[in-house]
Amino acid sequence: MAAVLVSFAIGISLILFGIFGYLRSRPPTVAATPSSTHPGSVNLVLQTDGAVGVGPHPNWVGYWAQDAAGKWKQTTLLQVPAHTKVNVTVYEYDSGGALRNPLWGKIQGTTGGTVNINGKTVSLVNPNKGNGIAHTFAVPSLGIVVPFYGVSGKEKNFCTTGPCNLSEAHVTTKFSFTTGNTGTFRWQCFIPCGLGYLMGNGGPMTTVGYMAGFLKVVNA
Amino acid sequence: MAGVSPKISGDTRKHGTRIFIIWLVASIIGSSLIYFVLGPHLPPGTMTNQARGQQFDIKVLSTVATPVLLFVWIYMGYATITWRLKKGESWADGDGMYLKGNRKVQGWWYFITSATVLSLAVFGTYELIAPAGAGGGEGPSPIWKPASHHMLQVQVIAQQWRFTYRFPQYGGMETTSLELPNNTQIQFNVTSLDVIHDFWAYQLGVKADANPDVNNVAYAKPDQLGRFTVRCDELCGVWHGAMYNYGTVVTPSQFNTWATNLEKQNAAVTKLLPKYATTYTPSYTGAGGGYYPPGDPNGNL
Amino acid sequence: MAIDMSAPTGVGRPGDSPANGTSRGKGFRLNALTALIAGAIGYLFGHWAGNAIASGYQQVQGSGQNDIAVILGYLFGTVGWFAGLGALNYPIKKIFGCEPAGDEPSYEKGVGKYFRFTLDHKVVGVQYLFGMLTYFFVAGLLALAIRTELLSPTNHIFSPDIYLEVVSEHGTLMMMMMTSVVMGPFGNYLIPLMIGAKRVAFPRLEAASFWFTPASFVILLSALWMGGFQSGWTGYAPLSIQQGVGQDSYIMAFALMGFSMICASTNMIATIINYRAPGMRWSRLPILVWSLMATAFMMVLAVPVLIDGLYVMALDRTAQTSLLYGAHGGSPFLWENLFWFFGHPEVYLLAVPGFGIVSELAPVFCRKPLFGYKTSAAGMIGVSVLSFFVWQHHLFQSGMNPDMRPMFMLTTELISIPTGFLYLVGMGTLWKARIKFDVPMLFVAGLFFNFLFGGLSGVYLSDVPADVTIHGSFFVMAHFHYTIMGALIFAVFGAIYYWTPLITGIQLSSKLGKIHFWTMFITFNSTFLPLFAIGLLGQPRRVFEYAHRLQTLNDWVSISAYLLGLSLTFFVVTFVWQLAVVRKPSPKNPWHSRGLEWQGAMPPLPHNFDTIPVIQSGPYEYGDPNAIPMVEWGTNGDVTAPASVGGAS
Repeated sequence: MAAVLVSFAIGISLILFGIFGYLRSRPPTVAATPSSTHPGSVNLVLQTDGAVGVGPHPNWVGYWAQDAAGKWKQTTLLQVPAHTKVNVTVYEYDSGGALRNPLWGKIQGTTGGTVNINGKTVSLVNPNKGNGIAHTFAVPSLGIVVPFYGVSGKEKNFCTTGPCNLSEAHVTTKFSFTTGNTGTFRWQCFIPCGLGYLMGNGGPMTTVGYMAGFLKVVNA
Repeated sequence: MAGVSPKISGDTRKHGTRIFIIWLVASIIGSSLIYFVLGPHLPPGTMTNQARGQQFDIKVLSTVATPVLLFVWIYMGYATITWRLKKGESWADGDGMYLKGNRKVQGWWYFITSATVLSLAVFGTYELIAPAGAGGGEGPSPIWKPASHHMLQVQVIAQQWRFTYRFPQYGGMETTSLELPNNTQIQFNVTSLDVIHDFWAYQLGVKADANPDVNNVAYAKPDQLGRFTVRCDELCGVWHGAMYNYGTVVTPSQFNTWATNLEKQNAAVTKLLPKYATTYTPSYTGAGGGYYPPGDPNGNL
Repeated sequence: MAIDMSAPTGVGRPGDSPANGTSRGKGFRLNALTALIAGAIGYLFGHWAGNAIASGYQQVQGSGQNDIAVILGYLFGTVGWFAGLGALNYPIKKIFGCEPAGDEPSYEKGVGKYFRFTLDHKVVGVQYLFGMLTYFFVAGLLALAIRTELLSPTNHIFSPDIYLEVVSEHGTLMMMMMTSVVMGPFGNYLIPLMIGAKRVAFPRLEAASFWFTPASFVILLSALWMGGFQSGWTGYAPLSIQQGVGQDSYIMAFALMGFSMICASTNMIATIINYRAPGMRWSRLPILVWSLMATAFMMVLAVPVLIDGLYVMALDRTAQTSLLYGAHGGSPFLWENLFWFFGHPEVYLLAVPGFGIVSELAPVFCRKPLFGYKTSAAGMIGVSVLSFFVWQHHLFQSGMNPDMRPMFMLTTELISIPTGFLYLVGMGTLWKARIKFDVPMLFVAGLFFNFLFGGLSGVYLSDVPADVTIHGSFFVMAHFHYTIMGALIFAVFGAIYYWTPLITGIQLSSKLGKIHFWTMFITFNSTFLPLFAIGLLGQPRRVFEYAHRLQTLNDWVSISAYLLGLSLTFFVVTFVWQLAVVRKPSPKNPWHSRGLEWQGAMPPLPHNFDTIPVIQSGPYEYGDPNAIPMVEWGTNGDVTAPASVGGAS
């Protein structure tokens, strides 16, 4: 009887270990790579995709990040060094829509308060014009808000499988910001882009690895 | 049958008087300590008249609770020491006192607890009404209002997962930061663009749920300069824990400078905002649509 | 006298064949395993049907998740589960005009009966006991996961989405399962023994009430594998409508648990009213029976409102009816009101059975009659009645019209009057007593200590101005853990130590029990007392990030929580070890209780009593030298010496 009880206890422990391991699993962290052209700054290359049919939720929109080897990872866990200029390039492959709160059309927290969209410098984007806004990159604690224009719905070579590549229709947005002290800061998209969820804020918006993530500022 | 133990039946000590005296002394000391020593440091502080009122309530309740707590502790401690079976004793020599009730004791208990509870209810009602709702959200049509007619209107717009603030008296500009003028009556109009949030300005003593389609009004009048914390206090989804920011109470002239500057800076984006209103009907679909079938009035924007 | 008229039916029907059971024959018998298989088949069918119906719906295509398939899957899975248990054989036979076997249990030997749908109330009680302990410990592990995350204000063990899923699972699991932690094991096992009945009124409802619980448990946990739900146990709309399919698990699991409560309490009420032995007057009922009666009435009245609300939520999530949010004229306030109309009575239906247990145990260990018996019963009834008039105190800052606030403040504070009767009764019983601090009595004392904090902090929360600061903060969290864990769970452990000798015939070690009590008592208070301060200092509930200045307090709480977990693990290990390996036989009536349940055989006979017990006096006549034994047995009875004799063994 004693042996039965002990083996039962061991079995339970193994199951628990597995369950909590499962609950702790998360997408990989991608670190920004040092810039070759601008010494002292780092580059972060991201893309935002529509429903691109990969992962456990093929219908969900999501962010991808390019690691040092140039490989795209489906993740929202980003790592940058402290007190460093971060140059961000975002390739946006999704179509756009309205902003729930048009305040997020104002670029905030970037160097100069501006972004470069397809080569044009702007400080405010109007969500009611053009193709609307597809996603935003916002780090509330650092005061950063950057909206991305959507791709026209009439485009022929829409990206359908992630990670998308530059031959497909996209909008390129470039901006920089300078990090402060170390810390882990949440960032999220402020476009309700969870298709099929009430108010669009379910699904990918509430799941780390899609439209919710952390910006980890670490000592260089 | 054993009946009552001689240890109990032969006991003529005045236990009730002893317990009462110990309790009385302990209560006077305990309640005074709570009221005078701990009281001034109790949350949420004294930054607004609402916060001061809440602190007073917590102080009074603690002062009343202390004798109750002490009564039970002292009684039970006394009973444990006096009436427990000592080493070597057993129930063989008899049971406890054959006592099924005591009309007088029970009557006094009913009377004292009822009187205490009713007084607390009256006290709480007064403290709710006198400081204009005590800082709590009063819904769209508040019934307890401050006397002042000139109030700074601050709209708190909660959205997943951030608060923004809109100032109708400054051209309807919207900001992510919050500054408030000192010695000014403020009316918070709290609403939401999606799910239920809760605007909790801790040091201001203000708490009001942010509901979609509802304007929840709360009042506060700061009378100290300094920083305060705003947290979301109603579970609103994944970033509920990260939905906080800090605000500052500044002098009225500093506030005016801050607000007029921001009004100018934000003029371009203010034009894109919807006209100021007490509520903004949220879009129940996502930005990309898709929750409602096509043709539904809520389906396509 | 009306009471005595009911006696003939109260002792079962001697003419019934005792060999009757749910499924007869030596061969294959339906059990939990067949139920699991049939449940899985049912789930697959329901899921397929849901996909067939709704895969073209716009919200399904958008999200890639099909709520209708999940809800239908659980619905058919539950039907399959009950079919696989054989629970549906009887009603189906009845429908088709066959005459099914009677409702006398089969009283079989061995452990197999614990895995079957059984009509034996004592087997159901034991099933419940082990079921409830399992649910409690699983939910407790989730609590430790929460405390692990809160070790640091900024470094995260879990992602915030997973963290909220764990919080929601812990809260929902505890709040829905622990409603039955007294009525399930102790109510079902002991009530017939305490009132002198051979059986319960509705054994099928009783058995169903248990078998709902594993289904509910599995369904709720399955949410973790489907993306969970992040809306907490309160499930406020529109957040709950926005959630993924994990929310459907919440709906189904809570609803099944609701059905379980309705079944259990219906049986409880009918049994207590109709199955009392001759002479078991209302004034002689053990006080635990009164508390379960009050609880059962609360359940029957409150739970249907929850099921109604869940049904509305399911409609909103599947058919987009928009009753709980504004798109088509609904309102989130509807859910808040429906939920708390159930939710507040629920808090009391967690607390009142605990009051019953301590009031039942105190006279035994004080060797005194219960002080103010009628006050005690009236207090429990008073709490139950008032519990339906206080729910809006959860909504003081909600944005509803404020004019009702003084009224709800008053009703909430009024409820502390009948609640206070517990202390009047407990303290009166201690007066000039002969207190013996055996393990169950220690837990009784623990309840009186803990519940004082729980009760007094409730007064702060009922005061609207004070509530502006503490609503939704860790203060509330500390408050209800003091009332539920500090009171109810302490009472349950007291009950386990008290009645295990009766149920199993096995004596539990007093030394191990005392180690368990003291470690649990100290670590419990060390865990939850600082949470009052954390809440007052401004930490909201359900956050994964908090102010740096609160880290020391939070770490203290987390470490205490681990130690509390160790103390509970100590209980599990020693309890199971003593039951399975040591098996030291208990002397008869080890506590020298006068209670009727101790006067028969130990463990009780399969059909409880050989002859009709005739009740001659109340259960608490300690100290009266002229007290007559509580029961006089008829002929052929298992006559034992009355326990009123002090120090009899």
